[in-house]
Amino acid sequence: MKILIKNGHVIDPINNLDEVRDILVEGSKISMVEKNINVDADKIIEAEGKIVMPGCVDMHVHLREPGREDKETICSATKAALHGGVTTLLAMPNTDPAIDSLENIKLLKDAIAKSAKANVFICAAITKFRQGKELVDVAGLKQDGAVAISDDGASVDSDELMLEALRSAQEAKIPVICHSEDKKLSDSGVVNLGFTSTRLGLKGISKESEYKRVARDIGLAEKTGAAIHIAHISCKESLDIIARAKKKGVKVTCETAPHYFTFNEEMVLGFDTNFKMNPPLRSKEDVAAIKEGLANGIIDVIASDHAPHTENEKEIEFERAEFGVTGLETELAVAITELIGAGILSWSKLIEKMAINPSRILGIDKGGLGIGKDADIAIVSPEKEWIAKKENFLSKSKNSSFINKTLRGFVEYTICQGKVNKWNS
Amino acid sequence: MTWIRKDLLGLEELNREELELILSTAESFKEVSSREIKKVPALRGKTVVNLFYEPSTRTRVSFEVAAKRLSADVINIATETSSVKKGETLIDTGKNIEALKADIIVMRHNASGAAAMLARNLNISVVNAGDGWHEHPTQALLDIFTLKEKLGRIEGLNVSIVGDIAHSRVARSNIWGLLKLGAKVTLCAPKILIPAAIEDMGVAVTNDIEEALAKADAVNVLRMQFERDGETAFPRQLEYFKQFGITAERLKKAKKNIIVMHPGPVNRGIEISSEVADGANSVILEQVTNGIAVRMAVLFLVAQAQDKLANITKDEPSLS
Repeated sequence: MKILIKNGHVIDPINNLDEVRDILVEGSKISMVEKNINVDADKIIEAEGKIVMPGCVDMHVHLREPGREDKETICSATKAALHGGVTTLLAMPNTDPAIDSLENIKLLKDAIAKSAKANVFICAAITKFRQGKELVDVAGLKQDGAVAISDDGASVDSDELMLEALRSAQEAKIPVICHSEDKKLSDSGVVNLGFTSTRLGLKGISKESEYKRVARDIGLAEKTGAAIHIAHISCKESLDIIARAKKKGVKVTCETAPHYFTFNEEMVLGFDTNFKMNPPLRSKEDVAAIKEGLANGIIDVIASDHAPHTENEKEIEFERAEFGVTGLETELAVAITELIGAGILSWSKLIEKMAINPSRILGIDKGGLGIGKDADIAIVSPEKEWIAKKENFLSKSKNSSFINKTLRGFVEYTICQGKVNKWNS
Repeated sequence: MTWIRKDLLGLEELNREELELILSTAESFKEVSSREIKKVPALRGKTVVNLFYEPSTRTRVSFEVAAKRLSADVINIATETSSVKKGETLIDTGKNIEALKADIIVMRHNASGAAAMLARNLNISVVNAGDGWHEHPTQALLDIFTLKEKLGRIEGLNVSIVGDIAHSRVARSNIWGLLKLGAKVTLCAPKILIPAAIEDMGVAVTNDIEEALAKADAVNVLRMQFERDGETAFPRQLEYFKQFGITAERLKKAKKNIIVMHPGPVNRGIEISSEVADGANSVILEQVTNGIAVRMAVLFLVAQAQDKLANITKDEPSLS
């Protein structure tokens, strides 16, 4: 099977390419990137006026399978990913069972082989049952296919255990993804602590609960030389700490999610639980700081933290509703709308944060359009506006912050391992 | 000015005209309670459901009396006797009540935002009778109504609110209502009971009770709850009374005609002395009486808005 993508504006920062080119895909690989390719192809995709970019690599996704297939499955999540221009994702280990043993990794790998429609890499847990008590077999899990470890959803509270985890990770050469939150400080809060929590009469989550744990995690990483990646940064103070650590040469990277650079805490004022996530939406100043962190490169990665929940878990009393929102199907368009539209990022910087950097951090061969590489490609109409409609989402869950929002940048095609998906809505 | 809201969820979203409309409507309903036959037919044929997820006697009874004086049928649902304990969601409970063709749900709930959530999922009216720490709009309206009755105005008054502001829906609704009507509001409490960034609402904050009373035309004394599910509360009751209690001695230094309000039930000797609670400055029982008029006004206005909305839909040409 030969697929020829004609006349697209190819942006492939890894190969310093930012020009009109044709791309030929043979089987699951890219075989040519040239001007005016003339071959007999089985399928021709006319891409004039469109951006042809590496498929996004989302390093923060909750598949919910195994255990909560009512929220999402590997099949539905990977379809949703493709719908949003994401061809590769990292599955977080907070499933039931948690991905904390060779046995459970095998279980997940078999399920992925059976039903995944996109590339799925595995993040294993740091501790057994993600309880923060006993370390997993880090080297063994890596050997069996984990590309990172994380207790995502929880932080390892014990300094000693976290230190041990980082030492093992450093030896095994596997990155540690930190959900940096001190639950003693965030208490049972549900929204940002401040005027918003006061106005709504809801318990607040302080910024200290995030940045103090960011500082601890960085301190321990520095001591061990391990590579850490801080997940879902939401506030300015965390960025300041990370910026200082990077300057000092600590091996730290970090990510934010589209909702943190799009919305501030005021979105919660109507008690809409589609704006309830952890960490919470913060102040206007924090949103500005996140944008600045994206522009100046302190933030390496944009990831969705795709967290599907059923309507029964979301459309209830605010303080009882689950934390988290879906994001696979909107993240690229939101980034285009909010960041490229506002001149905060160029296309190539955006691609770095949504494809290249996550691949580099995870040590996977993705994020580029070089010859011989996997044909994981997104083709985007950069100016086309569309409305994010609940009924068009392919995710099993509909808990998106972007429902009925007009977004710019429409994913027309997603090609994953040479397989073409065309999108109409 | 006409009332167009299907629900009353809080005072934050109301404008000055809407607040004044409720107060003037309440004024005309107040007279009903002094008649020999204390009833008007305004809500005849309407059904009001009191849905209470927290124990409450005074607010529930006040709403019940108000609805009955408007000739509505009233049904009381308390959590102990409903299927709530069987795990029914709030929306399902609400939809069942709607299916019974009730017209108004009056809800008390321990989760902030519960009334807003219910209201956006139902076509019938929802009146918030207190949601978590968020708002208790009819309590604030009756406080403001009483204040206006006593002092003739709200504009320019200095009103102090004393007590557990952090966990008080009464405080939040009072703050919004009073500020919108032009009063100056001062909050007084131990630091741990002042919620984050509350100054941004446009109020002054002090920890000094004498300062809070010095210029006040009225003081609203909140009920202190010392036991609160594992939360750090102010340590000792006696210590609180010593530092923040409203006593006759403290009132001597205040304006002579200072109005003393309390949403009840009163903890005598904890936040207020018996002498003050029963004294000449206290309007605590008048607040209870005025609560009926204010709640009659609210029930009447939301029911009227419902009828208007129904007529609009009826008048629209059918598309099918």
